[in-house]
Amino acid sequence: MRVVVDLSRCEGYAQCAFLAPDAFRMHGEEALMYDPNPDDARRDQVLRAAAACPVQAILVDLLEGRDAPAEAQSS
Amino acid sequence: MTSADNLQAFKRAGRIVVVGASLAGLRAAEALRGEGFTGSLTMIGDELGEPYDRPPLSKQVLTGWVPADNTKLPRRRDVDAEWLLGVPASGLDLANNHVRLADGREVPFDRVLISTGVRARPWFVESEAALDGVFVVRTREHAEALQRALAAGPSRVLVIGAGFTGSEIASVCRERDIPVTVAELAPAPLVGALGAMIGDVAADVQRAHGVDLRCGVKVTQLEGDAQGRLRRAHFDDGTTVDADVAVVALGGIRNTDWLRDSGLAAGVWGIACDTGCRALDLNGLVTDDVFVAGDVARCPNPIYEYRLISLEHWANAVEQAEVAAHNMVSGQADRWPHLTLPLFWSIQFGINIKSVGVPTFADEVVVTQGSVPDHRFVAAYGYRGRVTAAVSFNNAKWLDHYRRLIETAAPFPPPCPTPDQPADTKPVPVDFPGPALLAQGATVVVTGHDPSERRVTAAYQHR
Repeated sequence: MRVVVDLSRCEGYAQCAFLAPDAFRMHGEEALMYDPNPDDARRDQVLRAAAACPVQAILVDLLEGRDAPAEAQSS
Repeated sequence: MTSADNLQAFKRAGRIVVVGASLAGLRAAEALRGEGFTGSLTMIGDELGEPYDRPPLSKQVLTGWVPADNTKLPRRRDVDAEWLLGVPASGLDLANNHVRLADGREVPFDRVLISTGVRARPWFVESEAALDGVFVVRTREHAEALQRALAAGPSRVLVIGAGFTGSEIASVCRERDIPVTVAELAPAPLVGALGAMIGDVAADVQRAHGVDLRCGVKVTQLEGDAQGRLRRAHFDDGTTVDADVAVVALGGIRNTDWLRDSGLAAGVWGIACDTGCRALDLNGLVTDDVFVAGDVARCPNPIYEYRLISLEHWANAVEQAEVAAHNMVSGQADRWPHLTLPLFWSIQFGINIKSVGVPTFADEVVVTQGSVPDHRFVAAYGYRGRVTAAVSFNNAKWLDHYRRLIETAAPFPPPCPTPDQPADTKPVPVDFPGPALLAQGATVVVTGHDPSERRVTAAYQHR
């Protein structure tokens, strides 16, 4: 699954790192490092983390690549 | 699109082309569909594959945690676009309203959004840039190649340029326990963006993490061995450093070359536009059907005396793309101005560095909260007695407070009592190297006397 965190919004509350530690890790006191493509098996965890974010900075894919432009490769 | 009828027809069956299929281009495409645009949408991009996120490339990808191919951007909605990828645009014909592609194809449009972004500035000697072991980091392929070189356990990495990207790469090297030398022409890291006071802090941080930081020096030569592999770098002070990897982190070049004959106000500083993201032509007249968003846009900001400012910031790309998309399908009375304050972050050496506002638009800086020696503080920037920016080190929760101070032109130094005040709160000169206050060289020549004949022509400068 695809994830992006708006780090300009993130204030380092670390809720995501508690709820989905495989996908979200703290780097130092308040800097967040995340896996932009966590395993689908962790989807529930990641969705819980996204819902718990106090500043709603976590965006999760709503399409799962349905609109992938693969057909347009260099045509 | 002057009448409501025309606008409805355009929204229903018009043709929009987006040149630049990265963050700003994708977010604009999603917003266009979200605004009810059902016409044809074409996405043109010079890189193959889906739009991907770049900030992780210099962090999670280089540490080896996340494969470079895993940063594809999440989608918020189906954009139902035709994707023309792997071929750059080579020209914009505003007489006939079409985009020319490098392979000769022409793509017609009613309205076009330009979001071609920035490319990495390469090492200035081509033969040295081609040495095995010399890298830049801008694309997925760049990051993948550098990650492999770091994983191979180089004896030393040389980072040329201690801006945000260079400093982040140095941080990753130390995290991977790779010896690293950072060479910076300025007196300290980050000094061009954040000034001398923060620069000194950044220098302390780098040295405390074991970086061999060399400031005030210029790399004059990258020397290869007989096999064409990098082995040594020479500095202008006569010293050398042996390294098998060099990362050139000298900033970016805005992708405006393809607009050279377009008649738009495009150049090394970006493409000038109004706050509605409509491009200006060379005469400074607002165009109706050409919009700009992202790193390549140069947009006036009323808070900073209406100066034209281009920003290589993630949040700016997203917000500007949404404003541009809205305005592309809205009538004049319903248009939005892009007025958000610049917001930036960088993660390095375990520290979350964030800024709000424009720190280079300042004459003084003062630490307002926290402790500089602990690397946990906020510094406020002021220009002629008002707050214009703030930078936090591991203190992001406070930045929104400073955003409000900037937006309300609060006096500098900031008056309101904030917790965690440092003992010494005297403002000091901000001290940026080089030309002050977003200075810009002339890029045009004005000719003609009569108002009906006065026109601007571009005077391209090499820099």
